[in-house]
Amino acid sequence: MSYVEIDTERCKGCFLCTALCPLKILAPSNSFNSSGYKPVELTDKSKCTGCASCALTCPDIAITVYRTSKTNSEKTNG
Amino acid sequence: MEEKLVFTRPECVVDRATHYCPGCQHGVAHRLIGEVLDEMQLADKSILVSSIGCSVFLYNYLHIDAVEAPHGRAPAVATGVKRARPDNFVFTYQGDGDLASIGMAEIMHCANRGENLSVIFVNNTVYGMTGGQMAPTTLEGQKTTTSPRGRDVLHDGNAIRMAEIIAQLEGTSYSTRVALDTVLHIKQTKKAIKKAFTLQNEKKGFGFVEILATCPTNWKMSSLDANERIAKELIPYFPLGTYKDIEQGAK
Amino acid sequence: MANERLFIKGNEAISRGALAAGCKCFFGYPITPQNDIPEFFSEEMLKTGGDFVQAESEIAAANMLLGAGAAGIRAMSSSSSPGMSLKQEAISYMAGSRVPAVLVNIVRGGPGLGDIGPSQGDYYQSTRGGGHGDYRLFVLAPSTAQEAYDLTIKAFDVAFKYRTPVMIQGDAILGQMKEPIVPWIPETLNNYDVDTWCLHGTKGRKERLVKSLFLNDGELAAQNLSLQATYDSWTSEVMYEEFECADAELIIVAFGSIARITKSTIRTLRAKGHKVGLFRPITLYPFPNEALENLAKQGKKFLTIEHNLGQMVDDVRLAVRRHADSDFFGFLPGNLPSPIDCEEPILKALKA
Repeated sequence: MSYVEIDTERCKGCFLCTALCPLKILAPSNSFNSSGYKPVELTDKSKCTGCASCALTCPDIAITVYRTSKTNSEKTNG
Repeated sequence: MEEKLVFTRPECVVDRATHYCPGCQHGVAHRLIGEVLDEMQLADKSILVSSIGCSVFLYNYLHIDAVEAPHGRAPAVATGVKRARPDNFVFTYQGDGDLASIGMAEIMHCANRGENLSVIFVNNTVYGMTGGQMAPTTLEGQKTTTSPRGRDVLHDGNAIRMAEIIAQLEGTSYSTRVALDTVLHIKQTKKAIKKAFTLQNEKKGFGFVEILATCPTNWKMSSLDANERIAKELIPYFPLGTYKDIEQGAK
Repeated sequence: MANERLFIKGNEAISRGALAAGCKCFFGYPITPQNDIPEFFSEEMLKTGGDFVQAESEIAAANMLLGAGAAGIRAMSSSSSPGMSLKQEAISYMAGSRVPAVLVNIVRGGPGLGDIGPSQGDYYQSTRGGGHGDYRLFVLAPSTAQEAYDLTIKAFDVAFKYRTPVMIQGDAILGQMKEPIVPWIPETLNNYDVDTWCLHGTKGRKERLVKSLFLNDGELAAQNLSLQATYDSWTSEVMYEEFECADAELIIVAFGSIARITKSTIRTLRAKGHKVGLFRPITLYPFPNEALENLAKQGKKFLTIEHNLGQMVDDVRLAVRRHADSDFFGFLPGNLPSPIDCEEPILKALKA
């Protein structure tokens, strides 16, 4: 399924991504990184569509996005 | 099922943490520039002219040649670079204090001469690096460290709308204002940067992109509230849109 | 004929010297008495495939110069005193960023708006850096149109040899007076190690940065020490002229146009049997300390004559301090000194 990877060291806990995620599946985690920021985490990986809205708004390029989509053959054969 | 990497660090953006405050949208603007430089394969012929302000360190975050300009003088330094090496890709990256205050004469005349270079102007309505003083784009009533009771237009004048002013100059080929507060706006910003860079690359003259951005620390707001302020307060006073585009009938 | 004599102003001699030195960009702004220079380049520079910009201010012009220099291109900007004051921040940046550049100051009367007549009132500004921070400019002071041509060519060589801003300091006399010169073209134009540091796009190499901001521990200190080492090495570049000094009792120390005027006086007084000589610094920085000290060791007396209220006299006194002192006579701005005006102060100093 599609998912995002959070670089917890680069994340500064600004949480802009949590606002712009259309499915609201990003939220502050309970851990701290070495700079004392609370990195964000993906709360429900199953819902992520890989739309990358979070990555677009991240000022620190802390989010890498992987999108899983049906291959063309799967699309045509249903 | 096929898994694809759809979003990662642009090649010409340095893989390191930035010095910016959490939620500061300079980081987004930097990344968009990196993406466009990569897509247009301009990085290895680019020369950045960085200005004085929080964004002076952009040269630490891009794998391109750069020169540091004195406060406000980036458009003049860029003119010198471009006149000396016309085949290089030259752009400045400036804040509102740098461009619209001390550097006003330089940006006006650089645009008016129609210099074949691009200017990225990040407007976050305060002097960031020096601790949040009033800037030429500070809004009426906005509290800053030098307008503690809120900007009083009778005493301090009104905020200056640069994209419209630059659009009035004959030498300007493209002048637009964009923002970074929504996914749509971020995509528009990238398109605007690409448009300005393409104009330069095709020797079609001076491109100006004003980017509305947040400064959570000096606005004394959370990153999320600051981001909302863009739509609530900045965009109403600084309308988004293209004010001049020699390739189309602009607004 | 390559070196056919030309009868031109000092301003034009400087401009032609710059072209001979391969100057590719000129950034100017109107201010009397140096206007001939931007005017010349507005026509001639375009013929050479170079570029000319009349900037919106001297500040902008100096920053354009910073940009062209950072790109490793031979470029120049000229102005006169008030304009040169406006350029000081950019000059400090050029020094701090090790950017090669040539600047020309055709000095006029000051302070403030002053006048458009000759003066040497900018000596301190030129030789003490003029802007903020510990840095120096390499300052050359021509006294004839020919020398102005020659020293402009040298200025570009020094600028790239040491990666530093270089100043040609003239005055309204030098700038506006017409004289015959013999132009010449240097065989080679040496830009030294420019390709190892200049900005022209990272093709095939790591990115480069031309800057003067050093925040990490010890970085700024290191940069300052490196600049100072460069300035110390300039003693090998000192230039001066000695005229009738060997048996002189009194040495007149003067530079630029004033040196020429006093030279005429010295010829007149020599004819009357007075033992006077002229010591003319050509590099105002690096100052010719050693040569002056050698004269002082011989028991010479010194009289510094300038077109200001006493600036170079400080350096003369420093140079001879272990053996002698220097009297001073200053012409005031607004006056056009003539050789006769120098006789009385010289004779007085001879008797003292």
